This record gives sequence, structure tokens and C-alpha cells, in this order.
Amino acid sequence: MSSATKAKLRVFRGNSEGGELKDYEVETYTGMVVLDAVHEIQAKEAPEMAVRWNCKAGRCGSCSAEVNGKPRLMCMTRMSHFPDNEPIVVTPMKAFPIIKDLVTDVSWNYKVAKKIAPLKPRPRDADGTWRMQQYDIDRIQEFRKCIECFMCQDVCHVIRDHDKKEAFAGPRFMIHLAGLDMHPLDTLDRRPLIKEEFGVGLCNITKCCTEVCPEHITITDNAIIPLKERVADDYFDPVRWLLRKVRGELPQKPPATVPVHKTPLPLASAPTSDKASSDTPAE
Amino acid sequence: MAETKFETHEHDVLVIGAGGAGLRAAIEASSMGLSVGLVCKSLLGKAHTVMAEGGVAAALGNVEPRDNWKVHFRDTMKGGRYLNQWRMAQLHAMEAPDRVNELEEWGALFDRTADGRILQRNFGGHKYPRLAHVGDRTGLEMIRTLQQHGIHTGMSVYMECTVTRLLTGSGGDRVTGAFGYWRETGKFVVFHARSVVLATGGIGRAFKINSNSWECTGDGQALAYLAGAELMDMEFMQFHPTGMVWPPSVRGTLITEGVRGEGGTLRNKDQKRIMFGYIPELYANETAKTEEEADQWLRESTSGVTSKAKRTPDLLPRDIVARAIHSEVKAGRGSPHGGVFLDIATRRTAADIKKKLPAMYHQFKELGDVDITTDPMEVGPTAHYTMGGIRVNPETQETRVKGLFAAGECAAGMHGANRLGGNSLSDLLVFGRIAGLHAAKFAKDNAPIALDPAEIETAEKEAVAPFARETGPNPFAVHEDLMNQMQRYVGIMRNEKDLTDGLKADAGKASISGPRHYNAGWHQTIDLRNMMVVSEAMARAGLLRKESRGAHAREDFPDMDKEHWAKVNVILRKKADGEMEVLERELPAIPDEIKKVLEEE
Repeated sequence: MSSATKAKLRVFRGNSEGGELKDYEVETYTGMVVLDAVHEIQAKEAPEMAVRWNCKAGRCGSCSAEVNGKPRLMCMTRMSHFPDNEPIVVTPMKAFPIIKDLVTDVSWNYKVAKKIAPLKPRPRDADGTWRMQQYDIDRIQEFRKCIECFMCQDVCHVIRDHDKKEAFAGPRFMIHLAGLDMHPLDTLDRRPLIKEEFGVGLCNITKCCTEVCPEHITITDNAIIPLKERVADDYFDPVRWLLRKVRGELPQKPPATVPVHKTPLPLASAPTSDKASSDTPAE
Repeated sequence: MAETKFETHEHDVLVIGAGGAGLRAAIEASSMGLSVGLVCKSLLGKAHTVMAEGGVAAALGNVEPRDNWKVHFRDTMKGGRYLNQWRMAQLHAMEAPDRVNELEEWGALFDRTADGRILQRNFGGHKYPRLAHVGDRTGLEMIRTLQQHGIHTGMSVYMECTVTRLLTGSGGDRVTGAFGYWRETGKFVVFHARSVVLATGGIGRAFKINSNSWECTGDGQALAYLAGAELMDMEFMQFHPTGMVWPPSVRGTLITEGVRGEGGTLRNKDQKRIMFGYIPELYANETAKTEEEADQWLRESTSGVTSKAKRTPDLLPRDIVARAIHSEVKAGRGSPHGGVFLDIATRRTAADIKKKLPAMYHQFKELGDVDITTDPMEVGPTAHYTMGGIRVNPETQETRVKGLFAAGECAAGMHGANRLGGNSLSDLLVFGRIAGLHAAKFAKDNAPIALDPAEIETAEKEAVAPFARETGPNPFAVHEDLMNQMQRYVGIMRNEKDLTDGLKADAGKASISGPRHYNAGWHQTIDLRNMMVVSEAMARAGLLRKESRGAHAREDFPDMDKEHWAKVNVILRKKADGEMEVLERELPAIPDEIKKVLEEE
């Protein structure tokens, strides 16, 4: 896309009660990304328009939205990626309730995070360190690249189409759980919770999460399928279970439990009961 | 329960800002059994710490056994041109290894040495390989670790909530809480607390070319200043040498110093390595004079061999490298888009680059149309970090306002006139913990004092004022003006005329309309107030310091002054009439045993 040309955008404007796609036109420049275009609209036409963003470098995972129906980080999506003459449609993530314009309520993710017990490491080695080989942590470091953009959650059928947020933790937390389960230092047996509380069985391996991950984490193959196998081995294979029992190999780790907190779940967020904030400036 | 007309939350300790320093402070206070509230402008885990790339500096001695806190302390003081508060630099160097090891206990997985310990890499101004890291995403690893540990310590997290004023009650000399609004609903909220920790980060968004996220608008510095605390060292704004310069969309976006740590070199348009021409006297004894020696040092120091060669000048401290690039461009030897070249492609294999610098690889491929495994990057200075900030007691991180603490980038003193790469991530762990600890102690020892309804009413009026202005520019236009003015007048090279003109420049007062429900323009007006306070402080401090030292470079006073300016910090505070007062204060005397540490080699 050459400089001094114009691009058309259709951006969702509205809130939890409804809204519409509004047309905008912005001047483009070399290297422009969709988030730049949204900022142009904010600066020139609609300062009250809501959009989340932070780093504008693909590191923080704040500016997730759906561009022409596909979840994307707006800061990493070049305008030149799209045909010149067709409007680019920018809408909020579909799987989460809309707050305003491109901003959605992702607080459910933070509630799930709080249900996952933190690492419980084994004691340090004699010299006060924990020796871990790079090849032992490579596979977990892949999961820890996650920037929590929640686009995998947005695109997951269990969440997006069936809204089973209560039964399934979603791909983002499957990789978190896999990272803990594979962590060389962790001493908790997380398998019962992975099956019951976090619902690993509900994933039907369509790999949509893997496709959409901006960090290119192979979520399904490297995290979810191994978790499914771990859980299945212990719960559904009687021969294996018996063999393990005979050999004394049944899990020795104490089971993980959902952490109990002094403060009430969820993490505090704006009171949602009274959204009388279509308010006038002065209350 | 305090009586206010707004939603009110009571806590023992309130922490404002949820980057590394805020999270670490909150964890400390929370682990002591206190009720802690953690307020952040964004979602949890999105703070600017997430952008830190190269590593966290700690003298673990895993790669170079000769490393210890004394060497780290010396490097830090020298990098800061001895304007650092020595006690902070000492505490930092001594405690950083414990803080890094503690992260491992909480789940962090740093890259490993061959014998399974935490790997460390070379960085600018650090004598030995010292930066624990995870590829080029160390900040993400740290913030996620602190976040995943922190949420289980019992703290309450208030996400997407902006504090507009600290409350100091009717007495005015002790903090009683904070006033703010929920970004989502626009509704106001009051926090009543025994002590408050500010951990709000930097002020990069005041400059046109910067590496910072929207949140870095100097909130803590402005809040503390308005509440009666002192600011210090505000003339020292770090311009990171290597920001992207092309295309315009990503101008300023950071390129980690880790590229040079992994062997990258800076070259001009004639393909000449530029840094050999910019080795200052202060670093002459420890810097290689030839490419052969520099490369030998790099090879040996990264493979566990005790190198007799001297360090490469590509890894001189950031202020020196940034000015070198500035000079090359000014002399007409720059790259096509006004930077210089940073070459890693001819230095490391494509596989190494993708493994060690994956984020850089993707950043350039997706946003810059450059494959860094085959072609050089174009780089130039970008406003990155403020050494200055809120003046604190080095032992406790308490400010001049009782019960008000500050840690991380918004606090001053640790880095002096120039920060070494990697020392910010360790800073926020060490001083985040110290601030949290002492804020908790303060809260245990001091009963809360009452909120002052009049003060809350004033804060409310101030917050909604932009809606009442009938005319006035769009807040985003005002911000654009401010960034351009700061870039022009208070940039990498300064002089008396520019700084004076900068102080006279006026970006105007914005007006805004619409409902308060997630209103980005309104949010911007509040951030603008903070940026303007801090920008004024930077210009005033820069005008007063008539020398060039560290990040503060004056064309009209190009030399470092050993007589006067070496011995004083510049302080800013609010006078009774509301004007900004600027004064000099002598550096604390360094005890003899510490002097000895500084002189050892």
C-alpha cells in the first residue's frame, strides 16, 4: 500500500446493549497496522472510542480483536495485508461480553487463572540451586511465551459456540496447566483437577487455537493432547492402572486443590451491576 | 468504614501500579498477612514490564565466577557517573541474586547453563555476563511469574482503574489513600489505606519517538509531586540507542541490547563499525581498541573462558552508544531512514538468531519487512526510561510524605545519570520488595487516619473538568503537540535556548465530550496532566544542570563538571503558591569502606 492513499474501515461502535458497524476513512502510510488506523480514528474523529492496547509490539496481548472475522492482534496486522478497495471490518472478540466498542469483558479468564494452584517446588539442591537442563524446560518455555491475548479462548468452539466457560478452562489455561504438570520442580498431582475442574476432555482437537496463536505455540499438539493422554492413562486404562499399582508406581504427589483465598473471587473489577454509566459527565 | 459518597475500599496497604515493582511490593505486604489492594490502569499482566527483553542483572556468578555484588555495584555507580544514591546501588547489587532465585521458586524458567544453572549474558556496562534471561522475553517471564504467584497471596486486584489523586487528609503530610475512576464505567472510587506504594513506571509517552506503552505517562511522579513529595534527577531521560526507525508505524519500538550482547555490531552506511570512534576516557581502560580484540572478548566471555581481551565498545553504556548514533547520523553517515545499521546476520547463524532473539526476528519480519538473519536492522535512539523520579529514603523507599512509598522506575536514586541495561528488572524486584516491606511495617505501626470529604470533592471536580470546557483541542492532538515539543526541546542533545523555549511552549487544555463509560479521550486528558507536570520538571532540571553527564547532554556545556555538578542532585518540589521549585542538594557522603569497594579493580 503506497503512502497518501486512503483505507476504509468498518468498526463496531456500541456497548452491551447493541451497536453497529460505522464507516471510517483513514490516510495510510508505510507499515501502518490496524491499531494505527484505529488510533487515527480516535485522534481525528472519535476520541471517546474504546480500544485496549499497551505495547504496540505484539508483546502484551491487549489489542486482540476480530479483523474481517478473524481474531488478530491489531498491532501486528498490517493494513497492506488486505485488498486496497475493500473495507476492513474490525469487531470485538465474539466469545466475551462487550463492554464498549472494541473492548470486551475478559474477566472470566482471570477467574480461571485464580483457580489454578501455583507451582509447589521440591526443595533446593544441596548447593542452593535447582539444576534443570535446557532440554527439560524447552517445552515449557514454549507455553510460557503466552501473552494472554485470549484469542485462543475467543476461537475455541467449546467457549465461542457452546459457551461452556464453567466446564472448560480453555486453551490458554491448558497450556498453563501443561506447563505446571511438566515443570521439573513441581510436586503437585494436577491430573484430577485437569480432568474434573478444568475439563480437558471437552477439547475436540480442532486446533483452531493453535492456528490463531500469535506466539505460534502449538497448543493442541504440545499441551492439550499430552494432558489428555496423562489424564486418560490414569483414569481409563485399567491394565495400566493395575500394573502401576502392582509396581507401586501410582502417583506419589499430593493432589492439587483449587486454592482458597481470603478475598472473594473474582479479582476485583468495575461493578457491573449498575451500568448507569451512560451517564452525564457530572454525577 | 470511611464515609464517602463513592464506592470505597479499605486496605492496609494500597499499591498503585502492577508492573514488576508493584506486584513485588504487593506480594511482600500481602505475604505479611496484611490486606493489600493493587490498582492498575490496564489488565493484570499487561504493564510495561512485559516489554523488557534482554534480562535481569544479578551477580549470580554462574557464567563468570569472578562476579560478585561489589563488581555489580561498581559497574552500576560508574554507569550512573557516580550520581547514584550509593546505598541504593549497594542494596540493589547485594540483594538482586536472592530476588532472581526467588522467582525460580515461584515458577520462572530462565535459560540454563550447560550444568543446569541460570544462564547469564553480556550487556552494556556490565563487566561480566550478568543478565539472567529467557531469550528476548525476560520481562514477560517475570511479570507472569509475579502475577501467577501474587494472585494467590490474598491481594485484591483492581484492574483498569486509574488513580487521579493521592489523598493526604486534612493534615496534608500523611497519605490516607487515593481517588480514582474505573475505566470501564467512568465511576469514581476511593481507596482508604494506611500506607501507599507508588509503582507506576516511567514517562516515555511524553516523547514523540519512544519505546513505551500508553501507560507510561509519569502518573506516580505527578501524583507524588502534587501530594508534596520531591522529585529528583529529572534531567536524566534515557534514550535507548536501538529503537526501530522504519517504517513510521513502529518508529521507536525497542530492539533489545541483547542483540549486541549476542554479538551484534553497529555500523554506518560505509559498513564501518562506529563504536571504536566513541570510546570515552572513563571507559578507555576496559574497552577493546580493535575489532579483533572485541571479537575475541565476545567469543571467550560467552563460552566460560576467562578472557584477557577487553570488552567490545558496542556494549558501552547506553548514553554513550545513543550519542554515537546521533553523531553518525548528524555527520551524514547514517542509514537511509536516519539511523545506523545493527548487524547480527553476519555474526551469528540463522538458527542461533531465531533461538536467542525470537521476538526480534518476528518483530522485524512482521512489522519491518526485514529478515534479521540475512539483513541488518536500521536503528536509532528512542526515549526509553527515566532515571529520575520520586525522591525516596534509600533504606525504606519512603517519600517525604509519611506513609507514601515509591519503587521501580517512578522512584529515583538507584541509577544516577544513566541506567545500565538489565538493572531495571533487578531494581523493581529489589526495591519493590523493600517498599512493600516498609509500607507493611508502616501500616502495622500506624492507625489509619480519616479521609477528608473536601479533598475528595476537589479531586472529583478536577477529574470531570475537561467535560465542562466548551472549546479546546482534542486530547490526542494536545498529546501529539506535547510529544513533539519534548522531542524537540528536551531531547537527546539540549541547550539553554531550547530548554527555555520548551518551558514556554503550551500544548493547551483539551476538552472532551460523550459519556464517561470507557471514554479513551477523557482518560487521555487525565494522563496529560501528569505528563505536563513531569515534562516541566524534566525541562527545569535540565536547564539547571549546566554540564553533560550520563543521559543529560548539553551542547552549551559539553563536559562533565567535577567541581560542582558531580556533587549535587537536582530536586524539584511544589511551592505553597503552586509553582515548581528547583534546587540543588548535595549527594550523601560515601563511607570509607564503600569508597574502597569503588576503588578496587
